[in-house]
Amino acid sequence: MSATTEIVQEKLAKAAWWKRLSGVDWAWGALVIAGALYTYARYGALMDSFEVIILVGTVPVVLALGWMWKAMRPYTVVVTLLSLASIGLYGADLARGDSNFFLKYLLSSQSAIMWMSALFVMATAAYWLSLFMRSEFTGRVATALTWCASAMGFIGMMVRWRESYLISPDVGHIPVSNLYEVFILFAVITGLMYLYYEGRYRSRAMGAFALTVISASVAFLLWYTFERQAHEIQPLVPALQSYWMKIHVPTNFVGYGGFALAAMLGIAYLIVDRLKPGSAWAARLPTLGQLDDVMYKAIALGFAFFTVATVLGAMWAAEAWGGYWSWDPKETWALIVWLNYAAWLHMRLTKGWRGRPMAWWAIIGLFVTSFAFLGVNMFLSGLHSYGTL
Amino acid sequence: MAGSLNTPNSPRPRRGTGAVLLEFLGSMNLAITLLVAISVAAIIGTVLQQAQPYPDYVRKFGPFWFEVFERLGLYDVYGAAWFLVLLGLLLVSTAVCVYRNAPTMLRDMRQFRLDVQEKSLRGFHQRAEWDAAGETAQVAGRAGAALAAQGYRVRVKDHGDRIVVAGMRGSWNRLGYLLTHVAIVVICVGGLIDGNLPLKVAERLGRLQVETRDIPASQVPPESTLPADSAAFRGSVRIPEGGQADFVFLNVRDGFLLQKLPFRVELIDFRIDHYPSGQPKSFESDLVIHDPELDEPLKRTIAVNHPLIHKGYAIYQASFSDGGSRLKLRAHALDAPDIAPLELEGAVYQNLKVVTPRGPLTMELIDFKAYNVFPADTEDGREKFTNYGPSVVFKLRNEAGEAIEYLNYMAPVSLDGRLYFMSGMRATPGEPYRYLYIPLDSQASLDRFLALRASVLDEARVRRTVAAQADGLMPAGSDGAARANLIDSIVHLVGLFGRGGMGAVMDQVEQAVPEAERQQAVESYIMVLQSVIGSLYVDQLREEGVLGEQGVGEADAKFFEDALEAFAALGSYGSPLLVQMTDFQHVEASGLQITRAPGKDIVYLGCVMLMAGVFFMFYLHHRRVWLSVAAVGQGARVLFAGTGNRDRAEFASEFEGLQRVLSKATGAAGNMTQQEAK
Repeated sequence: MSATTEIVQEKLAKAAWWKRLSGVDWAWGALVIAGALYTYARYGALMDSFEVIILVGTVPVVLALGWMWKAMRPYTVVVTLLSLASIGLYGADLARGDSNFFLKYLLSSQSAIMWMSALFVMATAAYWLSLFMRSEFTGRVATALTWCASAMGFIGMMVRWRESYLISPDVGHIPVSNLYEVFILFAVITGLMYLYYEGRYRSRAMGAFALTVISASVAFLLWYTFERQAHEIQPLVPALQSYWMKIHVPTNFVGYGGFALAAMLGIAYLIVDRLKPGSAWAARLPTLGQLDDVMYKAIALGFAFFTVATVLGAMWAAEAWGGYWSWDPKETWALIVWLNYAAWLHMRLTKGWRGRPMAWWAIIGLFVTSFAFLGVNMFLSGLHSYGTL
Repeated sequence: MAGSLNTPNSPRPRRGTGAVLLEFLGSMNLAITLLVAISVAAIIGTVLQQAQPYPDYVRKFGPFWFEVFERLGLYDVYGAAWFLVLLGLLLVSTAVCVYRNAPTMLRDMRQFRLDVQEKSLRGFHQRAEWDAAGETAQVAGRAGAALAAQGYRVRVKDHGDRIVVAGMRGSWNRLGYLLTHVAIVVICVGGLIDGNLPLKVAERLGRLQVETRDIPASQVPPESTLPADSAAFRGSVRIPEGGQADFVFLNVRDGFLLQKLPFRVELIDFRIDHYPSGQPKSFESDLVIHDPELDEPLKRTIAVNHPLIHKGYAIYQASFSDGGSRLKLRAHALDAPDIAPLELEGAVYQNLKVVTPRGPLTMELIDFKAYNVFPADTEDGREKFTNYGPSVVFKLRNEAGEAIEYLNYMAPVSLDGRLYFMSGMRATPGEPYRYLYIPLDSQASLDRFLALRASVLDEARVRRTVAAQADGLMPAGSDGAARANLIDSIVHLVGLFGRGGMGAVMDQVEQAVPEAERQQAVESYIMVLQSVIGSLYVDQLREEGVLGEQGVGEADAKFFEDALEAFAALGSYGSPLLVQMTDFQHVEASGLQITRAPGKDIVYLGCVMLMAGVFFMFYLHHRRVWLSVAAVGQGARVLFAGTGNRDRAEFASEFEGLQRVLSKATGAAGNMTQQEAK
């Protein structure tokens, strides 16, 4: 019918996102791009094409992170400056780690990681305390502690990276190659993910639960350090000498972080669910709706990254083991984890399941994930035996 | 996998069997059941170690359960027919789900549903109504512009009595659904192309037979051989330095198949680089590919993580082993240490025949290692690595077929500053080695130990020594018969200890001495042995000319303690020979994995779709809103409603924001109602 008129308002649709950016946003963009350009100008000659791609790819990611999540900006700046300070203090001499005051007590990787551990434990205590005392101030302290802990952990990893090269250029590698290093990664990523949701929902009530799982990983880290001297930097076995490691492992830990967070919120959900609606405790703890929501978001984020990580793992396997899929125990358990959360998401998104069963499922999911992460290395033998205890 | 679609109450017509079957195959319940079933099956495959030698399974489960598990295909779960059926069902279920939902999804993405009735808009959870100033066309125009400014795609339709403005955003969310589910199908298809289904079919049809005998490649019969044009396979081959191969072995259950290659692979050299600390740094093979289609042979070096891809065949550095190193060995007869040792020569994987006083033995040379780098825990708990040097592993098999495995190190091992010859032994594979340490003399040779052993086994000599000592041992007034008796029993004890070690002495004690007195008996036996063998040792030192004025030196005394311990342990060493490696010529072999996987690119395509789809699905929300603008008197009445396919709370707040913007843009004249249906 000619009476039908369809108008496409393309021009007006362009009241675009970039118009909504503030001056600080633009400054942030300029800073990130300037940083990348400086890096390229100074080290470009030493980079291979893969590293250039990584550098270029980092720019939009860091930019977008800073725009979407404002708190990421000071965090990034602090981590960058302190990491550079530490690297500068080291110079070309690893021994300064023991002689320089700042390195020895603050910024050498091992000190930074110990600070991270202490701060995470303190943050956990502060979150619980603020929950019991209903103290807004303690809550703010807890948030600050968590930010500091995540910063120290990140700095520790950056500096450890450099330290490995100071040991010997052929020993140098990104610190995601063994169980010790990935536990730091786990604590930092899970901490940051929690902080994101805390900012997003303006609620600290989830902190006590989220930080508890981080403290558990810190406890393991400390045991591993003092009992097994696992913090020593070891050279890479041939199978791990690949650029795939740099992307496969961190991606995976976004997945693990999301699943761990979801499980802790699942526990919180089950607790709140038992409380009488309107009781004093129910008022302090997050609402069921919020928990359900964040639980879903954490699993969705974790699942998306876990999918990418598993695909990257398959591509790496195709280069290292001679096939993209070998039904190796680690691969198989990654598939099991993936299927588990795929089923979880289907139940929620298409069957509309909510609430208690999903909370229980998220908690069970953490056990499945933990087995894939740790159990496989401890109890089953296979190709992927890098992270043995 | 339907459900999330906005298909309101479509009437259900009567359906035939085909439709019911389709509904079942595409149902969410089947899909979830399959996900769980595949997970459980996958877990079984990781808990029960796959593709182990069948005798190991028999030992573990016993003959009955071995048989049951074999029937169920539990030793190769991921290749078992029932597992493939499960995967196939998941493939079909996903495909049916896509087939059923894709048209709706695509329609949802494209169609703005401009003919929506006000009545149905009033049924939405999120809706609002207000009066606007101006003509309907003006109001609709302003609303459309405002909606577009919020990032919505907008369509407008004039129905005469009212104008419908429809907006849509994040429709790629639906694309996400399609991509993820099609991706699963694509990945499965790619995997199927690279899988071993054709082999299974050929085996079922009897065209292929799995070879279970341990025979070299040249003897594999044609019914166990696959031609060079196989589409997909994954096999491995071990090539010694200087050797070549134009085939790989495919492991199938408890046997193998021989896969021919259209080219020959030659191994020039295999190298292991080490870090200064001793850990391996790289494994590399220098290869030459001889391909009739190449003008000249292709020379390439491969390493772990750096395979060679030649015409779609990928060649990987998978492992390494000995390639038949030539060894020179010296075998000392432990029962007759004074005769000249036997000089032997052989290569790894060869068997040598040796005649010993305990009957003929077969010496099977199993492995040679040039380096043995082990972590050694130092006192501060830091890991250090020590290289123990070259070693040889061999089995000594007697005529009855019983074998004991030995691991002997070529270089002396230093413990607390003293040197030892180290030999490990075990009777069953898999158990840890037990080590024998034999002290070495100042020349780092076995001579002194063997000479002492010869004395201990020389009964006449022992008798003389015992006789010389006996007077001191006898109580005063003993008669000659008692003396002879005592000498006999001590000589017997020394002989027992010399031939059978401490084990034989303990057996004797257990037979002859009541339990209460055993402890004491053993202690006195040990004292006697120390005394007799000590005096033999002193004689030997005197002959060697190393016995100084002050008697036995500290080092020599330590040697004696160690030698006694070694004698004590020799009884359970199980070998009449002490085998020393004297020289070697190292030949390495590289274990290559060679694969052809034409489905790989398809799988990767599926992976890319999956990754993109997952992000579209989670991070794009398909939201659609409608404004129905109808003329009321001078102005217009706006009915605004919307729906989002994710996250009701988030959409509710977005809807509220939109409503504010739109009502402002349309110049709301009050009389506002907002509804959120419960």
